[in-house]
Amino acid sequence: MSVHNSCGLCRVEIENVSVISGQDVLLDNVNLEFHCGQLTALIGRNGAGKTTLLKAILGERNYTGKIYYEKHSGEEMKNPIIGYVPQQLVFDKSMPVSVADFMMATTTKRPVWSGYKKQQKQNLMKKLQEMDCADVLNKKLGSLSGGELQRVLLTMTIDPMPDLLILDEPVSGVDATGLDLFYKKVTYLRNTYHIAVLLVSHDLALIRRYADKVVLLDKTVAEQGDAEDVFQTKTFQQTFGYFAGEEKIWN
Amino acid sequence: MELIYAILEKLPFAFLQYDFMKNAFLAVIFLAPLFALLGTMAVNNNMAFFSDALGHSALTGIAIGMVLGLKQPLLCMIAFGILLSIAITKVKGADMLSSDSIISVFSSAAMALGVVLLSQEGGFAKYSYYLIGDILTITQNDLILIIVTLIVCYIVWILLYNDLLLVSINRSFAVSRGVNVTFTENVFVILVAVTVMISIRWIGILTINSLLILPAAAARNISVNVKQYHCITTIIGCISAIVGLVLSYEWGTSAGASVVLVAAVIFFVTLFFRKK
Repeated sequence: MSVHNSCGLCRVEIENVSVISGQDVLLDNVNLEFHCGQLTALIGRNGAGKTTLLKAILGERNYTGKIYYEKHSGEEMKNPIIGYVPQQLVFDKSMPVSVADFMMATTTKRPVWSGYKKQQKQNLMKKLQEMDCADVLNKKLGSLSGGELQRVLLTMTIDPMPDLLILDEPVSGVDATGLDLFYKKVTYLRNTYHIAVLLVSHDLALIRRYADKVVLLDKTVAEQGDAEDVFQTKTFQQTFGYFAGEEKIWN
Repeated sequence: MELIYAILEKLPFAFLQYDFMKNAFLAVIFLAPLFALLGTMAVNNNMAFFSDALGHSALTGIAIGMVLGLKQPLLCMIAFGILLSIAITKVKGADMLSSDSIISVFSSAAMALGVVLLSQEGGFAKYSYYLIGDILTITQNDLILIIVTLIVCYIVWILLYNDLLLVSINRSFAVSRGVNVTFTENVFVILVAVTVMISIRWIGILTINSLLILPAAAARNISVNVKQYHCITTIIGCISAIVGLVLSYEWGTSAGASVVLVAAVIFFVTLFFRKK
């Protein structure tokens, strides 16, 4: 695992980004910036353009405007490494593929049916250990729980360590404990490797606990700031219901 | 070759005293791992129906060969098989219909065209041996062809397997990892097309698909990782091939069908040992 010593990237700036598909305006003049060492949560109603913004950053969607990566030195970073953990990985659960096979297939050229060296397996083990799921290494991929699969995907995404980590929160198949563990690990990565994390989420309680900054999106940036502040705004209450920001319903 | 024959005669099988049986025996020993390898991926990709269509389309290849006045239609069969596989893969990627409907349309059309052409003036009976195949017609040249195909297949499996695996797990994930999905898929279907067309004379149109699918389907029941899956499929393939060949000799039945029957029995046995 390549360690980011003091992180090359400093901040990501999104300037006047718009995405138009036919007649529909999916994103309208989004202006946003977020820093490394920060977990930025992206919230909003369905269809507010959260996924579209992620796709634009990942380069899978054409946009107008500018997405700019700045190094600590103030120069532009030309080719930042962006890691992406998808919302869910749909695959045939009965397929005879172990977690080790899956991970090796993405990192080595040696065909996985020929087996691997002890050393390689130990390396994988170490990486999984960091994400608290070393015990799944020899399990069949299809037998993992939603939370375990998500942590395996996270492990694969941080090798090599990205400058920007993008997470699309899993909507199904992960229980509360799994989700909490996932956030703990993301926080750990943010603290240890000082990377920028951008996260799409629906779980307001977890956001309040873990996010450094919250962005409420509705085609454009409606509100942004600390979770506490954003949750108090009128726009937030109109989107998520009047009581959504109140502490009592989280417990 | 003489040396190999001499070794085979030492084996405790009475039928190996005949040269044509020796050739047949060698052929199944090399065909079984070839089909096993391709089968693992065909089953992973849910392509059982696809390879079935491919087998049926051999009739059209034969018919085109006949129309062109060729003595050996093999090249025509291979060319048509490749064309059909790439066409199916392409249409499937365009997401217009569900993939089994698409394959069924291609399969029916290709088979109908073949039967129409071949049955002109009531001459279909001449070609009916393609339906069940005859493994005893294998010559030494055929053996070399099989071995070359097996080697090519192993080379592809060494160079491309990890990409193939990622594509079979999830296409968009494979794309995000920089895999050239179209290329990988096409190489694989071409390999299947060539193998099926080469072997169809000996295995038969009706049974060739089972030979591809059954050993892998059986192995899938009892394996948890890729290495096991490959080893078990190859072993099951070889056992069914050899046992099937012996039975077909004893009973005087079609070799292809006997092999498939043994593989089917193994499949049902593995069902009881299914692993989660």
